[in-house]
Amino acid sequence: MLITLACMIGLSVVLLLTIKNFRPLKTAPEQTIAHIENLLPQTQCGQCGYLGCRPYAEAIANGEKINRCPPGGNRTIAALAQFMHTNILPLDSDAPPPPRSIAFIREEECIGCTKCIQACPVDAIVGAAKLMHTVIAAECTGCDLCVEPCPVDCIDMLPLTFALPVIDTPIPVIATDHASQFA
Amino acid sequence: MNAPLWPMRGGITPPPNKQQSNAAPIRFAGIPPELIFPLSQRHSAAIPVVATGQQVLKGELIARAGDEFGAPLHASSSGEIIAIETRAIAHETAHTSRCIVLRTDGNDSWRERYPIVDFAQVDATQLIERIRHAGVIGAGGAGFPAARKLIGDKNQPQSISTLIINGAECEPYITADDRLMRERAHEIVQGIRVLQQILQPQKTLFGIEDEQADALTAMRAATIGTDIHVVAVPTLYPTGGEGQLIQVLTGNEVPAAGNPADIGVLCFNVGTAAAIYRAVVLDEPMLSRIVTISGRACSHNGNFEVLIGTPLPALLAQAGYNAAINTTLIAGGAMMGLPLKTADIPITKTSHCFIAGTAEEFPQLPAAQACIRCGYCSEVCPAALLPQQLYAHARAGNDLQLHAHHLFDCIECGACDFICPSHIPLAQQFRDAKHELRVLAFEQLQAPIAKQRFIAHQARTARQQQERELSRQQRLRNTAGLEPEAVPQPDTSTPAAEDNKKAAIQAAIARAKAKKAGAPQRPADDQHKP
Repeated sequence: MLITLACMIGLSVVLLLTIKNFRPLKTAPEQTIAHIENLLPQTQCGQCGYLGCRPYAEAIANGEKINRCPPGGNRTIAALAQFMHTNILPLDSDAPPPPRSIAFIREEECIGCTKCIQACPVDAIVGAAKLMHTVIAAECTGCDLCVEPCPVDCIDMLPLTFALPVIDTPIPVIATDHASQFA
Repeated sequence: MNAPLWPMRGGITPPPNKQQSNAAPIRFAGIPPELIFPLSQRHSAAIPVVATGQQVLKGELIARAGDEFGAPLHASSSGEIIAIETRAIAHETAHTSRCIVLRTDGNDSWRERYPIVDFAQVDATQLIERIRHAGVIGAGGAGFPAARKLIGDKNQPQSISTLIINGAECEPYITADDRLMRERAHEIVQGIRVLQQILQPQKTLFGIEDEQADALTAMRAATIGTDIHVVAVPTLYPTGGEGQLIQVLTGNEVPAAGNPADIGVLCFNVGTAAAIYRAVVLDEPMLSRIVTISGRACSHNGNFEVLIGTPLPALLAQAGYNAAINTTLIAGGAMMGLPLKTADIPITKTSHCFIAGTAEEFPQLPAAQACIRCGYCSEVCPAALLPQQLYAHARAGNDLQLHAHHLFDCIECGACDFICPSHIPLAQQFRDAKHELRVLAFEQLQAPIAKQRFIAHQARTARQQQERELSRQQRLRNTAGLEPEAVPQPDTSTPAAEDNKKAAIQAAIARAKAKKAGAPQRPADDQHKP
């Protein structure tokens, strides 16, 4: 009798714990997703069809193709292929990836509508309603998402030339290096 | 007296093409109606300190340096600032920059100047400050600020054993330094004495190519009785490269990823020395420089003293430029110069030469053929690299191999292009590969920050959404005459379902109360649907 009672209590405790910790089953472990996410350029541009690099990383972990990231280009594809143990695919895009650029607001033309501020996925635009906006160049990922919402067309995407770091020593921060660490 | 010389690695002997421009004395190019000062600098943009409509005097500060690798800009003549706007510039990848535009008044009236008669009495730190405020940057082409070079990373005058003055103008066509040495040897020597006063080097070596006989004679005459040793170095391209000249004169090699100061050497161009003299002794900022105009599309080739900011067309016009026969316009020398798409650019502190060539002078290169692995390129490479390997890896986008083959030690001299029997534009390939790797490194630095900012952005937008929703519900209830306490407070820490339940109960109670009171009742949730 006592044993049965103890068993029942134990069972219910286990059951309760299970219910409390219940989450929908993920098909890919978090670690895999995090690794894939780190291989993506973090542009957050949505050109892959997902709402940012993290959602695309989740999709890749669950079987999405690895060739949908234009900003990452061939380097990212190669790194992803190595990590996912799949073949290298050509970039799924009609046009070649544009050169890395940053947004520049022609401030004299800005009317202060805040539309670009709302569009920026990394909050790299400062400004307030009816006041001039400007881009924090160091934070801009060049995702292009601010250009289309601008009603006065005062945003240019300029090639990244200045503010580039000076490379004088071989630095192990290249995407392919990351891949070799994980493979 | 003659210092021993060490051999340089590699090197080529292209046709010098100096005689077209080195015969006539330096001419003053005059004051153009408009002066244009690009704000873009090495790693940052200069920050304007003037406003449109402001009157400025010659030598007045118009923009301060954006960072320690930038230099201030000064009005090179007097007049009115008429605009700060985007204009075309000469740059490898950026074709435009924000520029300060100055309309000159023709008076060329100076601001007040405070000359130093005897700089030997002045403290080294003060001399460096004076050089910094004068905006003196390396006139040889790279445009590194002279003051930053003098203090190095430790923020005090560098301690070096050898000061090297670079008068080895090895690039074909360019004769600006040659004419400067022949005509203004005194200014250069005074500049070197300022540098000696600051750095206190054990020896000062002045390298000039042995084919520049007149410059050698002039400088030897001007340095009699000083401890400046003028040394004739073999005429070989690229002896005038900083690392190469140091190797020839001292036998020491600047370490990869290092600076000349690491081996106790600092190297300054003759033009920089002259600018330092003017800055320190005369209190004149870097307002003008000597520019060579050469090429067969100009009838009056030669060297000009040009105000910084002068539009190139105004300068070309003085040299008898014929746009109709000009097919190739190059900023810089024939080896390392930058082909220009437009002549509509201003002269900057680093513009030392412009070549306006004709079709027969610069015939179209035959199309590049496949690399035949002849190895000539590695024989002529002054940096002892393997260009053919770098080329293969650059084409394959093999970043690790590019680093392993020391791509960033390439000085982009173009000796490999010159010798390549397959006419492969190797230096351009290396420039592009370097740019790509720099962009990549920038992205790698930025990516984790962008990730964080994206997460923060999402959290913020979600929070704002929730706040908006809550305030909307509150407004609805207020218009329905309900008590505001009935509105659930935003709370994300506890399970949301429980909160919602409580809120629903509260809302139900409130509704019941309102019904009792006889207020008109509409379901709140449906009220604002479009």
